[in-house]
Amino acid sequence: MNQPKLDTSPRVSDEIRRTTCYMCACRCGINVHIKDGKVAYIEGNRNHPVNKGVLCAKGSAGIMQVNAPSRLRAPLKRVGPRGSGEFEEISWDEALDIAVGWLKPLREDNPEKLAFFTGRDQSQSFTSFWAQNFGTCNYAAHGGFCSVNMAAGGIYTMGGAFWEFGQPDWDRTKLFMLFGVAEDHDSNPIKMGIGKIKARGARVIGVNPIRTGYNAVADDWVGITPGTDGLFILSLIHVLMKAGKIDLDYLSRYTNAAVLVNAAEGPEQGLFLRDADGKPLVIDRVTGQPTAFDKPGVRPDLTATYDKDGVTHRPVFHLMAEKYLSDEYAPEAVAEKCGVPASRIRAIAGELARVAFDEAFELNQEWTDFRGEKHSKMIGRPVAMHAMRGVSAHANGFQTCRALHVLQILLGTVEVPGGFRFKPPYPKPVEAHPTPHCKVTPNSPLDGPHLGFVRGPEDLALKADGSPARIDKAFTWENPMSSHGLMHMVISNAHAGDPYKIDTLFMYMANMSWNSTMNTKGVIEMLTDKDDNGDYVIPRIIYSDAYSSEMVAYADLILPDTTYLERHDCISLLDRPICEADGAADAIRWPVIEPDRDVRGFQTVLIQLANKLGLPGFTNQDGSAKYTDYADYMVNHQRKPGIGPLAGFRGADGSKVGRGEVNPNQLDRYIENGGFYLEHIPDEALFYKPWNTAYQDWAVGMGLYDSPQPYLFQLYSEPMRKFQLAAEGHGDRQPPDHLRGRIMETMDPLPIWYETDQTGNEGFTVNALTQRPMAMYHSWGSQNAWLRQLHGRNPLYVPTKLMREHGLKDGDWARVTSPHGEIVVPVMEMAALNDNTAWTWNAIGKRKGAWALQPDAPEATKGFLLNHLIHELLPPKGDGLRWANSDPITGQAAWFDLKVKIEKAEAPADAQSKPEFPPIKSPVGTGPRDLAWKVGK
Amino acid sequence: MHPAPSVIVFTTLSGLGFGLMFFLGLGLPDVSGWVAFVFFAVAYALAVGGLLASTFHLGHPERALKAFTQWKTSWLSREGWCAVLALMVTGLYAIGVIFLGQRWAGLGLLGSLLSLATVFTTSMIYTQLKTIPRWNMKLTPAMFLSFSLAGGALLAGQTTLAIPLLLIAALVQILYWRQGDQAFANAGTTLATATGLGDRGTVRAFEPPHTGTNYLLREFVHVVGRKHAEKLRVISFGLAFVLPVLLLVLPFNHLFAALAVLSHLAGVAVSRWLFFAQAEHVVGLYYGKR
Amino acid sequence: MTQLPQSTERKMGLVIDLDTCVGCHACVISCKGWNTENYGAPLSDQDAYGANPSGTFLNRVHSYEVQPAEGAAQLIHFPKSCLHCEDAPCVTVCPTGASYKRVEDGIVLVNESDCIGCGLCAWACPYGARELDAAAGVMKKCTLCVDRIYNDNLPEEDRVPACVRTCPAGARHFGDLGDPDSAVSQLVAERGGMDLMPELGTKPVNKYLPPRPKDTIEDQIDILAPLLAPVAEEPKGFLGWLDKALEKL
Ligand SMILES: Nc1nc2c(c(=O)[nH]1)N[C@H]1C(S)=C(S)[C@@H](COP(=O)(O)OP(=O)(O)OC[C@H]3O[C@@H](n4cnc5c(=O)[nH]c(N)nc54)[C@H](O)[C@@H]3O)O[C@H]1N2
Ligand SMILES: Nc1nc2c(c(=O)[nH]1)N[C@H]1C(S)=C(S)[C@@H](COP(=O)(O)OP(=O)(O)OC[C@H]3O[C@@H](n4cnc5c(=O)[nH]c(N)nc54)[C@H](O)[C@@H]3O)O[C@H]1N2
Ligand code: SF4
Ligand code: SF4
Ligand code: SF4
Ligand code: SF4
Ligand code: SF4
Ligand SMILES: [Mo]
Repeated sequence: MNQPKLDTSPRVSDEIRRTTCYMCACRCGINVHIKDGKVAYIEGNRNHPVNKGVLCAKGSAGIMQVNAPSRLRAPLKRVGPRGSGEFEEISWDEALDIAVGWLKPLREDNPEKLAFFTGRDQSQSFTSFWAQNFGTCNYAAHGGFCSVNMAAGGIYTMGGAFWEFGQPDWDRTKLFMLFGVAEDHDSNPIKMGIGKIKARGARVIGVNPIRTGYNAVADDWVGITPGTDGLFILSLIHVLMKAGKIDLDYLSRYTNAAVLVNAAEGPEQGLFLRDADGKPLVIDRVTGQPTAFDKPGVRPDLTATYDKDGVTHRPVFHLMAEKYLSDEYAPEAVAEKCGVPASRIRAIAGELARVAFDEAFELNQEWTDFRGEKHSKMIGRPVAMHAMRGVSAHANGFQTCRALHVLQILLGTVEVPGGFRFKPPYPKPVEAHPTPHCKVTPNSPLDGPHLGFVRGPEDLALKADGSPARIDKAFTWENPMSSHGLMHMVISNAHAGDPYKIDTLFMYMANMSWNSTMNTKGVIEMLTDKDDNGDYVIPRIIYSDAYSSEMVAYADLILPDTTYLERHDCISLLDRPICEADGAADAIRWPVIEPDRDVRGFQTVLIQLANKLGLPGFTNQDGSAKYTDYADYMVNHQRKPGIGPLAGFRGADGSKVGRGEVNPNQLDRYIENGGFYLEHIPDEALFYKPWNTAYQDWAVGMGLYDSPQPYLFQLYSEPMRKFQLAAEGHGDRQPPDHLRGRIMETMDPLPIWYETDQTGNEGFTVNALTQRPMAMYHSWGSQNAWLRQLHGRNPLYVPTKLMREHGLKDGDWARVTSPHGEIVVPVMEMAALNDNTAWTWNAIGKRKGAWALQPDAPEATKGFLLNHLIHELLPPKGDGLRWANSDPITGQAAWFDLKVKIEKAEAPADAQSKPEFPPIKSPVGTGPRDLAWKVGK
Repeated sequence: MHPAPSVIVFTTLSGLGFGLMFFLGLGLPDVSGWVAFVFFAVAYALAVGGLLASTFHLGHPERALKAFTQWKTSWLSREGWCAVLALMVTGLYAIGVIFLGQRWAGLGLLGSLLSLATVFTTSMIYTQLKTIPRWNMKLTPAMFLSFSLAGGALLAGQTTLAIPLLLIAALVQILYWRQGDQAFANAGTTLATATGLGDRGTVRAFEPPHTGTNYLLREFVHVVGRKHAEKLRVISFGLAFVLPVLLLVLPFNHLFAALAVLSHLAGVAVSRWLFFAQAEHVVGLYYGKR
Repeated sequence: MTQLPQSTERKMGLVIDLDTCVGCHACVISCKGWNTENYGAPLSDQDAYGANPSGTFLNRVHSYEVQPAEGAAQLIHFPKSCLHCEDAPCVTVCPTGASYKRVEDGIVLVNESDCIGCGLCAWACPYGARELDAAAGVMKKCTLCVDRIYNDNLPEEDRVPACVRTCPAGARHFGDLGDPDSAVSQLVAERGGMDLMPELGTKPVNKYLPPRPKDTIEDQIDILAPLLAPVAEEPKGFLGWLDKALEKL
């Protein structure tokens, strides 16, 4: 055979530069292969803790992102009306001068008139530091419309959350239950984990109305009715408690199940009994006496009550038994509402019990708990759970999330081998987090961090007159525990001047005039609305984006960012790091290529602005600038002595970890190390972290806490009870009367389920959801020549039953209406779907003129958003008020509460989905027709 | 299959051209000099024109010579060889007939056989494809050959031969359509075998791999409406066979003969269009289409 | 070269686990990236930012719904690239010899400098594994990353196809399916690996591992029910049980 001779060892590239992906927020390590100074190929970094070499579709398509024709090229000043897309390119000097000209007077008089909201920010510890130093109380990132229910639900319950802050023990778990996840931030780790579980033949249960992706590979699918997970979970709890399949030892040692609840009527009712030091009391089984929960040797009793002053005080577990053993949570009672047969609920409960207890195992690893007790072993309960926005993006999501954590805790499967594990800096109890701060003083920094975790009404961000201090009304009676702020309310509140008017809206990395907002059309109107004088109601808008997104057209000044391969970034232990359950890790990005446009990294621009404004945290005593750019800040900033943005390679010689002096060569050391730093947790500290002395000491050494912070899991949430007490009339901070009932009802200190507000939904019976496509990141993917071929348009997937009912077949069009609006879109049949749920891929629909796409791109003609059907306010109620379409506890945007009506529609003559918006002018033109991208010869 | 004009033109014209050549090689009609020149010129124009047309769909026509290398396995390569040999041998023979007044019968016969072989090899390019059950039938070469012979006879003015040959071709055509309509089902390839998932339930294509189109869909998935196809079959059949036979049985008239040829040509072209357009490639199953 | 070798020394190929593939398209894009920059002409895209974008891909992920006689419908993600068939019809039809099957490892390749872009091999392939590149005019297909798997410039562990290296779920396995002792062969044996369109006689080297049975939890109720026997019917009784249970700890 004369086969051609092949060179099977071609040169792969000139050089590999290792940095961190930002095609999504998962932040995998990447090897960027460079040829002739250009990006030739991107692959995963095998040594990286997050992705261990694998890479998702988006990550591999990075090359098409950094070459995208939609990249902004220079600062832009608006010259046409807002929304027209007409801009003039200006110099950076001019851009910064304009911004300073707007901001300086605000800082001198009313710092709160700057609202700085930073969207999908990965530098929140930095941007919040900037905002704090500016002095405005109006700062938050995207968490409020994203998944604050998960973050807050987790932290208030167990001092750590799902999201990307914890992970199943993928190597040991034998039963993995996944609630309401299509993709999530831990994109690659979840896939790797599911792969591992499947390779072992262990079981995956997917709870999701839609059976795609992870739920498609799940061994068992629970096609639940949206919004009812809480009920389903409480039913599992009911069955497990009734059968005694709960981890009593775990409950008594590590949770507040044994803590005594004050039963005396009055302002303390329902709060914990505490000793003089404020420590919650439990009855010690050994002595029978009320004792501080953490006293060495104490054996907290789950049953004993305590009589005092003629009142019987009972432990939390009594209250739980009373509540959850009730027949209202029996599988038969919830089956219909949840759309899950009772037999299946029982079977799942049985399997949870079987795996947690019959397949329990031991690790021969000694450890010492916070009471000083030594344990010779670690007990594994190989049941792990994970949940995200399917649970959180409902107005009962906070309580549902709490219920889920309570289920995990009852099974004794949190922070044990085989269970769910925290990633540093978690676990971290509420007490170790700040409270929110909102005290504004002209020309001075804010009195403390903006965001935090309220302990009770005393921490609400209210002005002296009781009105909201923040533009987004975070931390008010409407949503007391809104730990991430409410970015989705900023524009509508600012437009309404409620609670007050602002001057400048400064946003970063958030497509607020399109896919990240509810009520897209309304928001566009608010952004362009003018007052009687002909001035914009929101006077000034500054925006930083890297690409020609829909939002660009609605700003007055654009600060063009670099792409992720062209800048420094810091993925810091001070905010959302890339840790693993086995170690603390942080990472950087660095310019692996130089920008070929007049763009600057946004963080550097903030530093330049801070320097021009003379912000205190950025200015030395002598008035000189502390930092020249973000790289300088990453190395030289110290939050506390010895603790800076990066934990690795600290100390003059780079030998210190966590705490240590500044190392001028720190970035070089990170680059040499692949762009990240990983510090392993010692073996004896790997599990039971909240109670494990070795972990607590290690965490203090790393600078995660200043002192050990052992704590109990909060099955019963005392802060919630404090809000209920206020609603009952106790205390001097009182909610407005119209909110009392809701606070009393929803803020139950033990997890409950309630039906989300269905006011105005009569006749709208179909749940409408979105899912993230694994190969697309929100709106960013469409500018990517490779990715947009995968998802260039999105049909509405309709279950077989509804297709039949409405006489629909694939390719037909349907009119989908909600109490708020109407869309006309193409439909496709799907059988593996909850009978009463329709869905589509999120953020595929695009505005004509955006993203350098041709105006007839399918994204802009057939693609559509569900956002047009979702309002930020619920339909008007009898009380004449419009309540926010948010979780009443956290303010989380309730995207998935949407109810619609579907009917067959004529195919539009122009085959164009509705509503249709006029095109915006592209500030960057449109992309080329053909591509044959090859860098090397 | 995508009915690419170049391929339809190619198979239609070259089939006719080689058909004519077949008869010329047998000395039917027995002509010489200028008349012969015209006949051969027509045959060459059709055959070579068709072959040239077939290169239009090549990504790299300039490398076409490489296509001669794989005659041991490739029908396309064999077709190339047959065509070139047929053209060369018939060319020599034509020189004799046109310029030298010589009819080298042996050479002519060889040219005729090579011409038929060319048509056969062309048909085998399609017939060999198990992926397209409608082509993967013995009737495919029968159809190509019978069409070629009938058209050749027609062009060669062999009325007495042409009528039965047209009738035979018409019969083959009907059989081909009848059997072709069953072919996909008979082949037994379904989405169930394509995915291997058939044993667990009814398989239905859900999301396509890409929302846009691609080479495979453009090339292999072409949906002809059933009604539309029926109509075209009637038109094709009428033009290719019915009308020419009617015209031939009428008293001979040059205009009628010319009309018969044109009608046949048009009918065969429509039949070829259907040959491609109705052919369903198994890959369509993966896309939930055929 | 379009004669198929009598047999090949090894049968290198992929094993794709349909039980694990989550349909993320990572393998699709990583394949596009590697093969755009490497073997032969780049995989081009037409109308890249326009109304009808269309490009060359060597690996595509389909998805299918399966409705069993009883129970919920299932969804299966289904990646598909060249199966490197033992009896590769795409090779024998090729008129130029551009298509060939390598003797040493069975990889089916296109020698682009010989390819005239006639498309016939794509017609012959039942699986849609070949795409004619609209810009380069030559046939493109999965190379099994022949320029990776033996590449001395890559670290040993990276000498696997790009799609295998990147697959986050670990649903793609690479190895010698001619060696019954190889990890891939054993996986195929254990999990009942199957051929696609076996009736066409192409003898694919790549194998697919079928999804495991689904939605079986309620079938186990006999085993599970005893675990759920109530310890008490009333909260009071429950607390009594609790007290005793705590005693035992
Ligand atoms: N590829 C990609 N990755 C991403 C993103 C992206 O855009 N693309 N976005 C990132 C961001 S910002 C976020 S917040 C995360 C979110 O990641 P996910 O939490 O996975 O978010 P969604 O895609 O919205 O998926 C929500 C899932 O919940 C299901 N669901 C809806 N309602 C209910 C319910 O009531 N009960 C149950 N059980 N399920 C329900 C939906 O069917 C859907 O599968 O993903 C991040 N990762
Ligand atoms: N219907 C519906 N709507 C939803 C959701 C849903 O599930 N359903 N999910 C919600 C959730 S959870 C989220 S998080 C939001 C997300 O919505 P957004 O936060 O708006 O997310 P993106 O679309 O990613 O837009 C962020 C912007 O950042 C820009 N950008 C990208 N890279 C860079 C960069 O490097 N620098 C700068 N400066 N800018 C950059 C992009 O061009 C884009 O304009 O959507 C929300 N909207
Ligand atoms: S999951 Fe994908 S896009 Fe996100 S960081 Fe990792 S590789 Fe990049
Ligand atoms: S899958 Fe197709 S291209 Fe690959 S060897 Fe088999 S027939 Fe040829
Ligand atoms: S397209 Fe190229 S490889 Fe395929 S058959 Fe034609 S010449 Fe051979
Ligand atoms: S083996 Fe290589 S060429 Fe083939 S599908 Fe995988 S990445 Fe693509
Ligand atoms: S990368 Fe793996 S999990 Fe993702 S689609 Fe490909 S085979 Fe499936
Ligand atoms: Mo989000």
